[in-house]
Amino acid sequence: MSMVDEPLYPIAVLIDELKNDDIQLRLNSIRRLSIIARALGEERTRKELIPFLSESNDDDDEVLLAMAEELGVFIPYVGGIDHANVLLPPLETLSAVEETCVREKAVDSLCRIGSQMKEKDLVDHFIPLAKRLSAGEWFTARVSACGIFHIAYASAPDLVKTELRSIYSQLCQDDMPMVRRAAATNLGKFATTIESAHLKTDIMSMFEDLTQDDQDSVRLLAVESCAALGKLLEPQDCVAHILPVIVNFSQELSSDSSQHVRSALASVIMGMAPVLGKDATIEHLLPIFLSLLKDEFPDVRLNIISKLDQVNQVHSIRDAAANNLKRLAEEFGPEWAMQHIVPQVLEMINNPHYLYRMTVLRAVSLLAPVMGSEITCSKLLPAVITASKDRQVVEKMIRPCLVELSEDPDVDVRFFANQALQSIDNVMMSS
Amino acid sequence: MNSGDDAASSAANSGPPPSLEWRFSQVFGERTAGEEVQEVDIISAIEFDKSGDHLATGDRGGRVVLFERTDTKDHGGSRRDLEEMDYTVRHPEFRYKTEFQSHEPEFDYLKSLEIEEKINKIRWCQPANGALFLLSTNDKTIKYWKVQEKKIKKISEMNIDRSKSPGINSPPSSNSPNRIVTNGVHADYLSNDFPFPAGGIPSLRLPVVTSQETSLVARCRRVYAHAHDYHINSISNSSDGETFISADDLRVNLWNLEISNQSFNIVDVKPTNMEDLTEVITSAEFHPIHCNMLAYSSSKGSIRLIDMRQSALCDSHTKLFEEPEAPGTRSFFTEIIASISDIKFSNNGRYILSRDYMTLKLWDINMDSGPVASYQVHEHLRPRLCDLYENDSIFDKFECCLSGDGLRVATGSYSNLFRVFGTSQGSTEAATLEASKNPMRRQIQTPARPARSMSSMTRGVRRGPESPGAEANGNAYDFTTKLLHMAWHPTENSIACAAANSLYMYYA
Repeated sequence: MSMVDEPLYPIAVLIDELKNDDIQLRLNSIRRLSIIARALGEERTRKELIPFLSESNDDDDEVLLAMAEELGVFIPYVGGIDHANVLLPPLETLSAVEETCVREKAVDSLCRIGSQMKEKDLVDHFIPLAKRLSAGEWFTARVSACGIFHIAYASAPDLVKTELRSIYSQLCQDDMPMVRRAAATNLGKFATTIESAHLKTDIMSMFEDLTQDDQDSVRLLAVESCAALGKLLEPQDCVAHILPVIVNFSQELSSDSSQHVRSALASVIMGMAPVLGKDATIEHLLPIFLSLLKDEFPDVRLNIISKLDQVNQVHSIRDAAANNLKRLAEEFGPEWAMQHIVPQVLEMINNPHYLYRMTVLRAVSLLAPVMGSEITCSKLLPAVITASKDRQVVEKMIRPCLVELSEDPDVDVRFFANQALQSIDNVMMSS
Repeated sequence: MNSGDDAASSAANSGPPPSLEWRFSQVFGERTAGEEVQEVDIISAIEFDKSGDHLATGDRGGRVVLFERTDTKDHGGSRRDLEEMDYTVRHPEFRYKTEFQSHEPEFDYLKSLEIEEKINKIRWCQPANGALFLLSTNDKTIKYWKVQEKKIKKISEMNIDRSKSPGINSPPSSNSPNRIVTNGVHADYLSNDFPFPAGGIPSLRLPVVTSQETSLVARCRRVYAHAHDYHINSISNSSDGETFISADDLRVNLWNLEISNQSFNIVDVKPTNMEDLTEVITSAEFHPIHCNMLAYSSSKGSIRLIDMRQSALCDSHTKLFEEPEAPGTRSFFTEIIASISDIKFSNNGRYILSRDYMTLKLWDINMDSGPVASYQVHEHLRPRLCDLYENDSIFDKFECCLSGDGLRVATGSYSNLFRVFGTSQGSTEAATLEASKNPMRRQIQTPARPARSMSSMTRGVRRGPESPGAEANGNAYDFTTKLLHMAWHPTENSIACAAANSLYMYYA
């Protein structure tokens, strides 16, 4: 045991505490890894510290998470880009642990480092890493592999590119649903690195495999990637390849497919509208939208299955559809909306099922600001007032809707909205 | 034997397979003569993992004990040793692996109720990275356990020998308040822009870790609590590898393994007025292949098959499986004995096996008009239902299981007996075995009426050879020795069953 100089005591303690029994102390040391690295110097960091970290791979998750995070910004401490590849082994280990948050952070860091690496190093080190992970014995490694392909692909020589596409395609058909889910989630990202010639063939066939998977959660995630894929294809290819999948999908929607698939579909289709342009949107997307408005089931249940954080605003398919109608109206203008959306929406106000009528009111409240006061007063509000006779609908939808409209900037809208509110109260009082 | 074929199709061609001859294999935790059984040691759950390489048992004391298979290549000797063995005699053999305390008794202060630590169910999950994972549950709380070999670390070559450091009165333990040092004058060294020399400081050392031994460590990774008002009777993993359900008397909840503070209620049979309650949930299981389908059984003898895609709150079932009551058979006990205590899907997902008090029933999920086969477990008890009601035995919950290939089903009975029936068309296989070292002692080789075709619309009812109410030497049934828990190995004809605190294993 060597005694260090007293002034260096704190650093020495910091280093020793990397292996302290107290997790808080270990965490503290890991979070200050950069200081330890500078105290050791670049060469010793590369030769001693990094291997040391590689071996600490069975520590508590919190510690591993902190480690994965630190390593992602460690390039300066190992001597710059030229030495970035020494950071890969510990991250490779961390990207295969079973705690998801650690894995995801490790993949994040791998991508961060990979995107800075020189081409030669990518070919020599990063790509073999990606191949090893995708051939991992445990599903955990294969899940992580899906997240780094988009980095590995770009700088690969052509032969290797073919190999990588083939490996990804196998990941899309992996035995484990977790791996297939990861493949589906990352398909969009991967596709952005692929040449257009291969997009239409390899990627689209992976996409189709995934949209026909028998696991709900996999199909859902594949549909998510529609919008991303749509942006990469020419509009006519979009119409030719992606739309049929969506249309088929939406035809299944009537009874067989899960409702959160449909909900995601609603949002995704919106992403496609700008790409397709007005005509194709009217011809293909609108019918789907309107059928989603009539969707039977009020709840999108299980975001947990697919962990759809990005869709957390959406609570129902009809809500999604209503929101998307509003966005369409914004995109293409009130005149267009008046011609193509409003009539169909208003038609539904007379639907015997009260949930349909509720949806209409929701859509109306969203469209009103977009359509402008004239249309709102002349077309939308009367429908609202008619529906106000419906007890069930009144409290849940109409009143909030009208309260919103009673605060509209336009004086006429406010007037009519308040009128409506009063008449509701009268009806309520007298019955 | 382990063809894995669909039972009906394999039997259709060549007649039913020959009856299995069961032999005793191993026993764990056997009592010595005269030894009292400790209540806490009584086994309350048994489960093989998907590969059949591991077996878990849970007991009333909240302990989980794991066993691992020893007769496979992974565990056995060298290749030559294995080749020398007589392969025809090989059957699954297990040894003790490890154990841990899963649940502790708790007290619910709000309701003034004690929550038992008894393990109700264990279900294995997907292994990963060389570690084993399983779910265990008591009445109220489910826990996700990871069991892993961990290196025992010895640290040497630290920078600081704490006992020699001047001015530090800290004991050489991890709780030493040595952080104080860094708040003092030397804090500069820990700032991000302190100018360390270019080559670093040579005298600093990284701790050297030596690790020789490993030990098995069980760690609780998630606790899924406070989601059940009533007693949890089932847990079941989805084929998606990410979610599972837990069921109590009135509700079924859906969980994501990663998320312990949130669950979704997918079945709720609680009536608005509890006085209207007539039926409770007794068991629930996910379909082995379709991640959106699950089945649950009720105290009225019905099974419901739910498709989660159809609605958020799955109160509208997709299929209801019920056996119409045979006219003229109704008695005071009819309803009680109709209560299903356990259901299991066959591995191919095509059949559901259910156990009610007197029978095992096999259902084809494509046919909801009635079971395709019915096996009488202990028909001689029927005249004694009154006694069984008096001593509460009529409420005993027996588990059931299917062989991996679907060709046979098994369930337990009293006097530590268990019964095995063949499901193939025309099979007359019906064995009675005792959980002891001589399982065949009571087997009687009298022929029985063959079972009717499983594909016919009429139900086949089989009695098979069974021990009479009084066996040869006139002993009455012992209702205190009940074989409630058993499991069939996923790929071999090997059965694990519990008689009080002893685990018996049989092979055929």
